[in-house]
Formats: sequence, C-alpha cells, structure tokens
Amino acid sequence: MISRSERVLNYLILSVFALFALYPLLSIVSAALAPPGQVPAFLPTDITWGNFAEAWDLGRFGTYLRTSAVVSTSVVVLATVFSVMAGYAFGTMHFRGSAVLFYVLLLGIMVPTEAIVVPLFFDLRDIGLTNTLLALVLPQTAQSVAFGTFWMRAYFRSSSRAMVEAARIDGAGHWRTLWSVLLPIGRPAMITMIVLVFMWTWNEFLIPLVMVTDESLRTAPLGLAFFQGQYTADFGLLAAGAAIVATPVVVVYLFLQRHFIRGMVEGAVKE
Amino acid sequence: MATSAAARSATLADARPPRAGGGRPPGEPRRVAYLYILPAYLVFALFLLIPLGRAVVLSLYDWNGLSVAEWVGLDNYRQVVADEGLRAAFGHAAVLIVFYAAFPVVVALALVATMTRARLRGLGFYRTVLFVPQIIAMVVVAVAWRQIYAPDGPLNQVLRAIGLDGLARAWLGDFVFALPAVGFIGTWVQMGLCIVLFLAGVSKIPRELYEAARLDGAGPVREFFAVVLPALRNEISVALTLTVIAALRNFDLVYVTTAGGPGTSTTVPSYEVYRRAFEIGQVGSAAAVAITLTAMIFVLTFGITRIAERGAA
Repeated sequence: MISRSERVLNYLILSVFALFALYPLLSIVSAALAPPGQVPAFLPTDITWGNFAEAWDLGRFGTYLRTSAVVSTSVVVLATVFSVMAGYAFGTMHFRGSAVLFYVLLLGIMVPTEAIVVPLFFDLRDIGLTNTLLALVLPQTAQSVAFGTFWMRAYFRSSSRAMVEAARIDGAGHWRTLWSVLLPIGRPAMITMIVLVFMWTWNEFLIPLVMVTDESLRTAPLGLAFFQGQYTADFGLLAAGAAIVATPVVVVYLFLQRHFIRGMVEGAVKE
Repeated sequence: MATSAAARSATLADARPPRAGGGRPPGEPRRVAYLYILPAYLVFALFLLIPLGRAVVLSLYDWNGLSVAEWVGLDNYRQVVADEGLRAAFGHAAVLIVFYAAFPVVVALALVATMTRARLRGLGFYRTVLFVPQIIAMVVVAVAWRQIYAPDGPLNQVLRAIGLDGLARAWLGDFVFALPAVGFIGTWVQMGLCIVLFLAGVSKIPRELYEAARLDGAGPVREFFAVVLPALRNEISVALTLTVIAALRNFDLVYVTTAGGPGTSTTVPSYEVYRRAFEIGQVGSAAAVAITLTAMIFVLTFGITRIAERGAA
C-alpha cells in the first residue's frame, strides 16, 4: 500500500546512491578505454585498447597477474582443505580443549595484518624465506584458515546430526562421512569461503609490499602501486592498469555476488 | 526409524554438556579430532599466533632491525601516549572512524527509514551495485580517487563550473582537507555495505508492527525510533564492527593516496607501523603501535557486540 510517488522516490534515492558507488569505477573504465592521452569527462567518445596494450607492456602486468594467480590459488587450496578438516572436527566431534582452541582461532580472525607483519618479516628474513612465494602464501593461509575454520564449523554444526549418525550406522567412517555425505551438501558454504579467501588474497597489499623486493614476485595490487609511482601523469595508462588488477575479482563477483555479500555480512557475526 | 532414533540420541547428546570420558554417544570419534585440526592449527600457530607473540616481545625492545636489541620494558608503549606524532596518528584514526563508520551508518539509517514501507522490485540489482566498492582492491580505489581529487580533476572542475572556485584545491595535498578527503573515500567504500545490511534488516520487520505503531498515532519519526531502530539492532552492530575495523586497518589507502602527508596530517597507526619498522628502523616502537592497534580492535569489537546484546536484553 505504497503510493506511486513514494515508489518513484525510493527508486530515485537508490539510483543516486548506486551512481555514487559506481562513479569512481566508471571513471577508471572510461579513462582506460579512451584514446591515449585523453581523459573523458564522463564517457569516452571512441573506444580504443591502446592504454591497455601500453600499460600491459610498460607495467609488466602479465608477470604480476601470474604471481597473483599462483599465490591466490595456493592460499585458496590450502586454506580450503585445512579449514574443512578443522571445521569438521570443531563442528561434529567432542574433544578435550576444543573450546579453548576454537576461541584462540576466533581471536586470530581479529588480529590485523599490521600486528604480525613486522616480526614475520624479520624472522622469515633470518631463515632466508623473504622474497619467496612461501612468504606470500603461508601467512595469508594462516589468516584464511582462522576465518575458514570458523565458517565451516558453523556449517557442520548446523548440518543434520541425524545424517551423520545415519552415515555412521551405515558403516561410513568419519573420513567418508565428511567427504561423501557432508561436503556435497555443504557446497554453498564452501563456495562462499572460497570466494572470500580468493578476494582477500588477491587484494592483499601489505604482506606483498613487505615480503618481496623481487619484481617477478610482485602481486597485481603491489605492481599497480609501483606503476602509479612511475606514471602519475598519464591517468589513462594508470586507469588501464587499475582495471586489469580489479577485473578478476569483479568477474567472480558478477557470477557469485550472493556469496560475497552473505559471507562478508555473516562472517562478521561471531557466534 | 533409524533416523528418529538417531535424532533422539542427538538431542540427548546436545542436552548434556560434553564431558571428557562418558556422556558422549557411542562410536563418537574423539582423539582423531586432533588429527583433523592439526594442519590448520600448525599453519595458524606458526604464521599468526607465534608472530603475534613475537610482536609483543619486540615491542619491549629498542631495535633498529640489524644490531643487538636493547630491553626497554614498557617505554615504547609510553611513547604511544607521549610521542606527539603517535598521538596525532591515533587522533587521525578517531577522525577516520567518524568517516568510515558514523557517516555511512547514519546516512544509511536515514535512507532506509524513508524506504521502510517499500517492497521494491529490482532490489537485487541495486544490492549488487551498492556492494561493489567492498570488493575492489584498495589500491585501485586509491587510483580512482586520486584522480577525482586531483587539482584539475572532476571534483575541482565541478566546483569551478558552479562558481565555487575558492573551494577548488589539491585536496590530498592540503594540510586541512587531506584527512577528510581520505576519510570520505572510506565513507564511499562503507556506504553501500550499510545500505545493503539495513535494507535486508527492514525487509524482515513484520508489517503489523508498522500498522500497530500507526494505530497508536505514531508519526514517521516515532515510528523510526519505536519500530525500525530496535529491529535493526543486530545489523547496526554488524555494520559498526565491520566499518570500525576497516577504519583502523586502512594502510593501503593511506600508503597510496597520501603516504601520511602532507607533513604528518594523514598519518594513521597502521601506516606508522610500516614506517617505523621498515623505513626509519624503529622496530620496537612499530611493534608497540601494532599491539596497541590490535588491542583497540579487540576492545571495540567486543564493546560493540556487548552494547548490542545488552540493548536486546
């Protein structure tokens, strides 16, 4: 029972805020697609790929994307396997110390990267691990495992206890119960965890900034930061670089946006 | 049959607090649980817990990263309070909390309050668009906003076009306006999140509540405070938790937009951690700032959750 003018007003408000959310990103896309050297006021008149080609060569984004892909994939795979296993134990089994161990993990979710990156750098340097892929992958796996275990435990706790019992009565061991009974139904929870870990790892800036000096080990956001330091004047070029860095996460988001929103919103509600 | 028996034993198991030894359903695996959590906990301990403990230890030393460290007790923490530069950095963080958390929450609340009676179609589209700033790498966000704030960028062009030439300036290079300019980027990032959260919240309020309020003669303002605000308590708590933490962990944005400048007008604790540890060789002080920042995040997160829970009781 809402009047027509009220409905129009509602859409108007939403549209204004939607435009506000999109404007900075559209300004990047339009500057990147405009002919090199031009910065369009709103939308480019001609669409060219010149900025992309030049940024790709000058900025070595091919290398950076490859590093980012390797790091993100490694973190996602490790964190997913470890979190599923740990979440299964915390969610379905009784064992001494489980509460304490779980709460320590919960605290770990809140620890900011700033707090661990300083000792990590100096200790990894002492054992010769800085400037390696491991220095990028392992700390981020640790952070992701804290969230992932919390997330998967919530799923395993909510999953039907009766099904676990039934599987056991059918003679399935705990290992088979996990992989052939619980995980197939738990796919949505797992996808949510995977897309979040992927996004966090892809977008991470501080850890790569501190851990690597080797140019071939720079991740995409780090490469973009260096690129911007060199080509401040040419916004079209910079915008093309920024678009290249943002695209992988945006593509995943377009397909799985429900998972992003659900995960980031529910992930904040501890217990 | 088997299912109902299993369900019954499950409720029994749930009703009883798990004790070591007895009280658990037969066949329940127990020790094997340690094997399941081992890989996760090993990585977690080696690369998060131990570094956190090492940060606490480092914060008690004076160390430049190379020579022998010297024990100074709590001196580095005294510096956090006494040192003007660090005090300023925490002050800037407080300003940024207003921009990252207070503004988006208040504006989003006002917004959904005017929209409460709507059951709009196409909300999914708006949700997708409004949430986008949350998923973009901060470096990309910083590149976009540096251009918007540039001396000849869109913001100044608009100001000049409407005759406000006096206001046009190099926003990120201005001693007074750089911090609010960085803060406003935070407002932009968090605004959509808050709107999406609150819209989901109001859509769960039963229609009868509004009707009851209206029958009692409540106007839109009373309706907001009596119906909408209490119903959104959880969503507000989630929004505040996420946005306050984001305001305290904004290293990337500051590093790329202003690097703390001009002067020290946009330094923040997370930037000071990096600068002290890796640029000016004050590792102990950097660790003390990092631990203080971590403590603040813990306290604020628990505080926000507690207030929300007490309000509900």
